[in-house]
Amino acid sequence: MPLDDLEEQIPSLRRYALALVRDRVRADDLVQDTLERALRKFSLWRRGSNLRTWLFAIMHNLFMNQLRRERTAAETSLTEGAPELSVAPSDEHALDVRDLVAALDQLPVEYREVVLLVGLEELSYREVARALGIPLGTVMSRLSRGRERLRTALAGDTGPQLRRVK
Amino acid sequence: MSESGPVPGEDDLHAYVDGRLDPARRAQVVARLRVDADAAARVEAYRRQNQALHGLFDPVLDDPLPGPVRASLSGARRRTWSAARAAAVAWFVLAPLVGWFGREWFVDEPAAQVTVLPRDAVLAHAVYTPEVLHPVEVDAEREEHLVQWLSKRLQTPLRVPDFGAFGYGLMGGRLLPGADGPAAQFMYQDAQGTRLTLYVSVRQADTGQTAFRFTEQDGVTVLYWIDGRLGYALSGPLTRSYLLTIAEAAYHQLGL
Repeated sequence: MPLDDLEEQIPSLRRYALALVRDRVRADDLVQDTLERALRKFSLWRRGSNLRTWLFAIMHNLFMNQLRRERTAAETSLTEGAPELSVAPSDEHALDVRDLVAALDQLPVEYREVVLLVGLEELSYREVARALGIPLGTVMSRLSRGRERLRTALAGDTGPQLRRVK
Repeated sequence: MSESGPVPGEDDLHAYVDGRLDPARRAQVVARLRVDADAAARVEAYRRQNQALHGLFDPVLDDPLPGPVRASLSGARRRTWSAARAAAVAWFVLAPLVGWFGREWFVDEPAAQVTVLPRDAVLAHAVYTPEVLHPVEVDAEREEHLVQWLSKRLQTPLRVPDFGAFGYGLMGGRLLPGADGPAAQFMYQDAQGTRLTLYVSVRQADTGQTAFRFTEQDGVTVLYWIDGRLGYALSGPLTRSYLLTIAEAAYHQLGL
């Protein structure tokens, strides 16, 4: 049943939404909106095409609309007031993880989406291109710039120096 | 990204990190990484980024799905095996829009009766839901008796919708005075103690159907509609969209 396939994707949609907006309530709202739109347009989804990509495309469009509205309403930062994720400092990478959150927040949305869809959701580059409605070459350049920005931010540098070797 | 040029490029480094290279290309990248310390450092950094992202955000995968998500899914499930699927989808998508944006379009309807229904319902909701000792007159253990009794008093066969799919169990019901005669209230409660009420009143004349309407008072959302001689109002401290999803279940179960 296609609905089961759809339900299967929800945890992954939630994970992506949370990484994207960094606020549980807003993330779940985004997931809910995506789901409702998907259910309404389910007849438009062609069987055999990639459901996952289609869902991420819906979420992307909703998120972009939301950002546009917010940007026109007020020039507030997307992550302003977002509560910090609780990160258990369980291993020596904990500090890195906390830095990663901060670095992600600093990343322009266009880069953040690509970095997350590739690195977290493990979509293929082609799937990312389709979900975001951009050419493959743009996916690659955003991925490259996004990851490089994260790397320099995590290395604690402001310039593009080499990462400190441990 | 194996644009199989002789020298692995930037794209190949990413594709290597993401495990998207064929073995031949991968071998070329590995060869480059041995001699290119900068590329090797970057690849290692990107790999750690991926790992950290998973470490940070994977836990949400195991969280139970939010209530509204579960409600939307179970609502959609019911719709898919409903014979009147297309009609129901159109009804539920359009009804709230019509109800909300088009309120003034319905001026020719018996306005008094339409406004009395949510007012009585929200009043009954406000009076009885905070009740600790006697929230209902007849509790759900005697559901059959409850339905028979209220059906008799309202002189209409009543049905009690099951909202178990949304985590709301029936507590019971009571008889109330309504504008046009007796009315019934069914009360539901979830595990957190949130209470919903479904108010049913019988009207003197059959005035056909109305769209779903929303109103809000003191944090209580009321969704109400009229079908023939029966007026229904579902009230609870919930968002409109969630209440609508629950009302959808009621709509189906009441066999409207």
